[in-house]
Amino acid sequence: MQILYFAWVRERIGVPKDVLATEANTVSELVEELKGRAERYQIAFSDMSSIRVAVDQELAELNTPLAGAQEVAFFPPMTGG
Amino acid sequence: MHVRVQEEPFDLGTEVDQFIRIQDNVGAVVTFSGVVRDTPAQDLDAMEIEHYPAMAQAALEDIATQALNRWSLADVIIIHRFGRLTLREAIMMVGTAAPHRQDAFAAAAFLMDYLKSRAPFWKKELRGGRWEWVSSRTEDAEALARW
Repeated sequence: MQILYFAWVRERIGVPKDVLATEANTVSELVEELKGRAERYQIAFSDMSSIRVAVDQELAELNTPLAGAQEVAFFPPMTGG
Repeated sequence: MHVRVQEEPFDLGTEVDQFIRIQDNVGAVVTFSGVVRDTPAQDLDAMEIEHYPAMAQAALEDIATQALNRWSLADVIIIHRFGRLTLREAIMMVGTAAPHRQDAFAAAAFLMDYLKSRAPFWKKELRGGRWEWVSSRTEDAEALARW
């Protein structure tokens, strides 16, 4: 699975993406798994109310299932327009 | 529907003229353009817009489709830039064409409200030599509730 990070989430984690094989069933489980990798992930994901997520390029929620998903992206609230 | 995500600048007047020229039976065109604004301290040196390339185009097309399904519209145009911008440059534009103005105005407002908090773009400002991410405004997220 490809995990992408944007804006300050990318800056805090230090890389724009990770590629990993995961058993996580939901976005929440994936976040917990990532937090176990290194402290910088714990810092980036310390306040999940300020994180938005997309699964396969569609906005999703923390409880969104990951079955069959190819790409998950984490980013701050969007500031387009 | 015309949706473009691009790095290069666009000319608002040219885009609006072209958008009007390709319409039939349209009595109303509403356009909105967001431009790079200075900070209260007037120290903005540049703006950088990051985007999620694989998602941005599809997200804007989805928002445009929702507007087309909801109001009596002839057409919609959305252009959104990414990359480096300077003061007063156009960041984006939306345009709606309709037989009557009520639909054109309402759909343009809807497009802007959705685009603000549902399209994957992030603004960063260079102020006095320091880059800072622009925070999202709670009013922007709350604005979706009216639709």
